[in-house]
Amino acid sequence: MTLTAEVGAPRRRKEDARLITGRTMWTENITLPGMLHLAILRSPLAHARITRIDTSAARQQPGVVAAFTGRDVADIQGSLPTAWPVTADLVMPDHPPLAVDEVRHTGEAVAVVAARDRATALDALAAIEVDYEPLPVVLGLEAALAEGADLVHADKGTNRAYDWVLDSGQAGSGGAVDEAFAGAEVVIERRYVQQRLIPAFMEPRSVVVDPTGDQYTIWSATQVPHILRFLISAVTGTPEHKVRVVAPDVGGGFGGKLQVTPEEFIAFAVARKLGKPVKYTESRSDSLLSAHHGRDMIQDIAVAARRDGTVLGLRVQLYANMGAYLGLVGPGVPLLGAFMYGGIYKFPAYRFACTGVFTNTTLTDAYRGAGRPEATYALERIMDELAVELDLDPIELRRRNWIGKEEFPFTTSAGLTYDSGDYAAATDRAMTLLGYDELRREQAARRAANDPVQLGIGVSTYTEMCGLAPSRVLGSLRYGAGGWESASIRMLPTGKVEVVTGTSPHGQGHETAWSQIVADQLGVPFDDIEVLHGDTRTAYKGMDTYGSRSLAVGGIALYNACQKVVEKARPVAAKLLEADPADVEFADGRYRVRGTPDGGKTLADCALAVFAAHDLPEGMEPTLDADAVYDPVNFSFPHGTHLCAAEVDTQTGRVTIRSYVAVDDVGKVINPLIVEGQVHGGVVQGIAQALFEEAVYDADGNLLTGTFVDYTPPSAADLPDLVTDRTESPAPGHPLGAKGVGEAGTIAATPAVVNAVVDALRPYGVNDVPMPCTPERVWQAIQTGGRP
Amino acid sequence: MTRISLTVDGVRYDDDVEARTLLVHHLRERLGKVGTVVGCDTSNCGACTVLMSDADGTLVGVKSCAVLAVQTDGRTVLTIEGLAGPDNTLHPVQRAFHERHALQCGFCTPGMIMAAVDLLQDNPDPTDAEIREGLEGNLCRCTGYQNIVRAVRDAAEALRTAGTSASPAPPTVEAGEAGTPDAGLPPEQVPDEAVPQPVP
Repeated sequence: MTLTAEVGAPRRRKEDARLITGRTMWTENITLPGMLHLAILRSPLAHARITRIDTSAARQQPGVVAAFTGRDVADIQGSLPTAWPVTADLVMPDHPPLAVDEVRHTGEAVAVVAARDRATALDALAAIEVDYEPLPVVLGLEAALAEGADLVHADKGTNRAYDWVLDSGQAGSGGAVDEAFAGAEVVIERRYVQQRLIPAFMEPRSVVVDPTGDQYTIWSATQVPHILRFLISAVTGTPEHKVRVVAPDVGGGFGGKLQVTPEEFIAFAVARKLGKPVKYTESRSDSLLSAHHGRDMIQDIAVAARRDGTVLGLRVQLYANMGAYLGLVGPGVPLLGAFMYGGIYKFPAYRFACTGVFTNTTLTDAYRGAGRPEATYALERIMDELAVELDLDPIELRRRNWIGKEEFPFTTSAGLTYDSGDYAAATDRAMTLLGYDELRREQAARRAANDPVQLGIGVSTYTEMCGLAPSRVLGSLRYGAGGWESASIRMLPTGKVEVVTGTSPHGQGHETAWSQIVADQLGVPFDDIEVLHGDTRTAYKGMDTYGSRSLAVGGIALYNACQKVVEKARPVAAKLLEADPADVEFADGRYRVRGTPDGGKTLADCALAVFAAHDLPEGMEPTLDADAVYDPVNFSFPHGTHLCAAEVDTQTGRVTIRSYVAVDDVGKVINPLIVEGQVHGGVVQGIAQALFEEAVYDADGNLLTGTFVDYTPPSAADLPDLVTDRTESPAPGHPLGAKGVGEAGTIAATPAVVNAVVDALRPYGVNDVPMPCTPERVWQAIQTGGRP
Repeated sequence: MTRISLTVDGVRYDDDVEARTLLVHHLRERLGKVGTVVGCDTSNCGACTVLMSDADGTLVGVKSCAVLAVQTDGRTVLTIEGLAGPDNTLHPVQRAFHERHALQCGFCTPGMIMAAVDLLQDNPDPTDAEIREGLEGNLCRCTGYQNIVRAVRDAAEALRTAGTSASPAPPTVEAGEAGTPDAGLPPEQVPDEAVPQPVP
């Protein structure tokens, strides 16, 4: 066995054993004695005053135990907070889990029924009478900001939640953007629209609250059990030590379960009221309607450049739709993008301004990439526009502006210090894999022949910030918590190992990857390691899983905890070996006296000796267990080049992805199978934004895409095979060199695809197609030659 | 209430069911077969796919949210929980999903595996395009489907090599007991050419 036996190997996942045989513990699978089932009545109107609400008929129905309105639980339900008040004067409206006087989006919860079974609870909803007095509905970012607009929150006097600015000239991180634009030979200005998306994790959200025993136990399909515990306590006044939260097997999240939800607080309130365990599981329709949405921004972006292609400045004005309330991290999502609009290029001057806006829609919050896909999209789209203006190949333009391999660490005008990268290597590799030059020749031939099916090649060279986040940085951005992560190693007497992590996986394969890391560091077999997570009783300390942070931050905590165990066991091993601890070295899973290659003692030997504790070194505590908490000093910056070749049928508007190449540099890789899987899934979610998905409201604020019939995540039949490859620029700040991969594909793919579509249609005078690029929109763009 | 007699994963259950009860709710809430899950309410996602005997007794794939429990009287249903053979021997499709990393969160996986078994019963040698078309009724949000396609292709090849049909063996009660926390999975096969490597 060598120390690198596990890390880097394509280990098949431990998690699979239960998942492929149906032995999984989803929250919805939990049944407790005397458990009541909840059903929630939701508002059919986007904005209305509740003038009367009567649950008495519902409560009379056989099998119904109780029904509550917002008024009934007003004293205990609290108000859902945002953890990210991005400015001191942020407008923060109350957000009662059950609406009390007013509803502000369709799908907002207004009453809850508790019954002996699910069907009875659902039936009783029809017997609840609610009188609504309709109020003016505010939709659309520009309409909401217009002079004299109706208000989502009348008491706040404005639909403007906040204004936030990052200006390199003022911050001292770069030049003055106005001067850069004044001195430019070329200025390109564009408006891009990030349509509203729905994360659409496959497992609907579910929550069980058990108030029996000495602690409330909350099982929830959440990405953030630790944050949920803290906020349940902070919001309801329940002492934190009386709350235990468990995220059992969780079926996907993509940011969509990075939320503390009305439903969790409603279930908690009902369980408290009744003293009985309760369960709420949403339907898919409820999920699409009321679980948080993502994106929904208008981006006005401008780039200044010289005619040789050198970029001089970048200016962004962003309008971000918050929805009716502020989500857990919703106001901060645009900020995560703010630092990334410059991408991999050396913009000497940069200004970003963002306005958060209230509308009568479901609130928006993190969705895979959270701010970074939006930034990357706008930048990579406008770089293509600049290339066209300057008659440069889009890759050549990028080459002239990107940060050279030898320039790292590189501090951008947004103020971030990129750690490492090799943009040329990834791009060269991607061009080879795609057959870039050959496709360009074919494109020219098709254009010359006036082929009804045109070929487009889309380029996306992206970087992102992973490893959220240095706590000091989060503090400076007014985020309410830190960004550290924790890990513990428990050595069992038989030499088996329990690893406790503060991360909370929901598909990422932490149980496998963490086992690989620990197996190498401790020299114990992969199968002898159990990874425990997502239960605040065992993993009491953690910051959970989002923002590609788990390996980038949690992996370092885990590594450090392993080192502590190795050091704690060294004197024990020395005693067993009858040697001086200074002469004992640990390698390949064994402690040996230096210079004696044979024999030695394993960590398991030490664990048993410490368990017995009969003859420990003087003064030693009888344990090898160790904890570590790690707070990162910087973000990590994966990057990559994605190329998409798309065929566009100019007669029907249909887009077919002919080939897609993703070359990603995510630093050192713990498990290449898992990394490739993350890239596949991420790219497909990016393709889905480009071509398929959009959440649509009608003029009255009704969600028209409330089922999987209308909101259409792609199926296998809609998608191409992807070609994936990697380059490796190790993260200098990580002992294992890893950077993070969860969001890369989604960030990269959307502009690659849309750039390909637009590239195919350049001969038709098209310079943009709004997302999603459905056949209708593509056809429309061709008819109008890109003119609205 | 209507009395039905339904055999699920080798066990016969006699129950009174409401006329409106869906098969998937009967499986989950009455019979405790929670390996089969509900992912939508419009029969789009396929997460609840199981095999059910038709009038001839042949097991065919159905979305169990699109079947009423009362329609299953006298039928046999096979869920993901009954797919592995005696001694916890994985079905070739299960094994291929594991080998090819064809699942991440795993929520769609029970339905996806059952749909793939159904597909391979009908077409033992599908092209990639036929696999993609055949699984069109099953949504996955994590994997981008690529490894699912690879897994189904591998399973098809394994079945053809072994000269067996994808049709699962009738389960026995005892077989279900093998699925315990320490049962684990069969040893890994040697890593193959599909494993991506970084550019030197």
